[in-house]
Amino acid sequence: MRAHRLPHIWCPGCGLGNALRCYVEAMEASDTPLDKHVCVSGIGCSGRAAGYVNVDSYHTTHGRPIPFATGLKLVRPELEVTVFSGDGDLVTIGGNHLIHAARRNLDLNVLCANNFNYGMTGGQFGATTPYAARTTTTPYGNFEQAFNLPLLVAASGATFVSRWTSLHVRQLTKAIERAFEVDGFAFVEILSPCPVGFGRKNEFADALAEMTHFREKAIVRHDADLREVGITMRREDPIILGNFVDEERPSYFVGKDDLLKSVLEGRE
Amino acid sequence: MTGEHFMKGDEALVEGSIAAGCRFYAGYPITPSSEIAERMAWRMPLVGGDYIQIEDEMGSLAAVIGASCAGAKAMTATSGPGFSLMMEHIGLAIMLEAPCVVVDIQRGGPSTGLPTLMSQGDMMQARWGSHGDYEMVAYAPGTVQEMFDFAIKAFNTAERFRVPVLVMGDQIVGQMTARLVIPSEEEIEVSYRPLPDVPPEEYSPADVSRLVPPMVLPGEGYGLHMTALTHDEFGYPETSASRQESLVPRLIRKIKENEQDIVEYEERLLDDAEVGLVVYGSMKGPGWEAVQAARKEGIKAGILRLITPWPFPREPVERLSERVAAILVAEVNMGQMVHSVREYARCPVHHLGHPGGRIFHPDEILRALRKVIT
Ligand code: SF4
Repeated sequence: MRAHRLPHIWCPGCGLGNALRCYVEAMEASDTPLDKHVCVSGIGCSGRAAGYVNVDSYHTTHGRPIPFATGLKLVRPELEVTVFSGDGDLVTIGGNHLIHAARRNLDLNVLCANNFNYGMTGGQFGATTPYAARTTTTPYGNFEQAFNLPLLVAASGATFVSRWTSLHVRQLTKAIERAFEVDGFAFVEILSPCPVGFGRKNEFADALAEMTHFREKAIVRHDADLREVGITMRREDPIILGNFVDEERPSYFVGKDDLLKSVLEGRE
Repeated sequence: MTGEHFMKGDEALVEGSIAAGCRFYAGYPITPSSEIAERMAWRMPLVGGDYIQIEDEMGSLAAVIGASCAGAKAMTATSGPGFSLMMEHIGLAIMLEAPCVVVDIQRGGPSTGLPTLMSQGDMMQARWGSHGDYEMVAYAPGTVQEMFDFAIKAFNTAERFRVPVLVMGDQIVGQMTARLVIPSEEEIEVSYRPLPDVPPEEYSPADVSRLVPPMVLPGEGYGLHMTALTHDEFGYPETSASRQESLVPRLIRKIKENEQDIVEYEERLLDDAEVGLVVYGSMKGPGWEAVQAARKEGIKAGILRLITPWPFPREPVERLSERVAAILVAEVNMGQMVHSVREYARCPVHHLGHPGGRIFHPDEILRALRKVIT
């Protein structure tokens, strides 16, 4: 962490501090020296993470940290490039880049802090806001359905897909370490309480209520049927966590090198 | 590639970019700029570079900027609608001071407009399209050779000042085929951004005594941070009026204080001219023909061709306006660069415009010159 940048801007009870700590601990535990880690973030509360981690970092535009990181990684494949950003940034405005990056299977790590709303702009709904949830722009409840992120990203071709909450510090840190290790696109969804934006409007009034819900309703099921891991945030429904996908698929670099070698050598 | 070739403007631009050191291309296919993407896709792997197709133009320029931050000379190319989508990231490149080149092969607009036909309708968007205050550098090539030459200029200017630079081509100059001479490598001057000249321990990002601060690359132990927010000299966000006042004017001064160095134009037959024709880009050829035809019938016409529409060549326009009775601006839009000419000219300024789809025939320009003179 960059001590001189603290205290951070996050509200009390926000899950982002924990999520960031897990990312930092995973970097420290990884085989890659800190000098070779790069953090890229977008816009939103979680976008500020890049300014707090003590590694080379870029805070980019809304929705585009993944393509920015794609350019950076292609030029410097030896760097461990991680995108740390929020659901609004990565999934709503930037959703197209997310699925394409997963499809491309470039060796990037995407840590997506999901708090089910746009926190920084005052708690509006987004593509991860559950049906019927209240936000400042869904005063009658959300008419729309939310993305089921593990299902979406797995279907798009990611090598590693995982989901934890910001309270599951140990498992989350391990999952991020694994994301660094795998050769290909790695996605970690981090469910993160947002008492100020989401909680307040949805019966998780105080900072503890959303955490308690996460703790009580969490079920770890690594082999879950991904069609069934959508999140409702209804009191009675479970929150399914786990490392859902951890498969070997040829990464972008492998695919590219193989093809180029065979085609160019074939020519000679 | 040194030697004589016969190729399309778009292809020449690719070769110029490679000669300038470009080793990264990200883009999204769009007519009539796709020849650039196609040749890049073929050429990049052969020169040890990367070609990547991103899912849209916003992401394309974001990837280019990421690649630039990683140390590569990087570019993208697009046309009309794609150029509109890139505007936000022009601002990002300005703010991160990430050198890069954006090529716009202009076509007729608004909206989908005329995908396969030329215009010069994006000239003001090139200057003002992204929000906020900034200066812009743009080159307007008029021949296949210039597509090659100006690509090199664009990369060199981008790297020297750590700014995005535009190449404002159009469908005609992009798709015309002509002779191209590629000089030997030694003859091509190539710039690279300033880098820190001290090791990480001694490096102080606070030293912004230089107008163009050294660019720190990732993975070298400098512990860099860059943000699109208004930031302090360490790169950390500080959203205050006072910080804005120190950051934004410096970004502008990088270009303003070097304007003399950057601005380029071409003057022909102006010594005794009574009427001045101002053109740029593909209008170079028809403009020159019209001026020669005018001379034949006794009209003392001369031509000022803007090589860099941005920064705007104010002094040459001022000088021209003191010399001639009237200026005619001929451009394939309904009146864009004419506004800047009027801003600096001290004589009457007339306009010959067309909404796009075809370039002016020299005869049309000649007729307009005749009208201006009477
Ligand atoms: S608004 Fe929500 S996500 Fe943003 S800092 Fe506050 S609690 Fe955290």
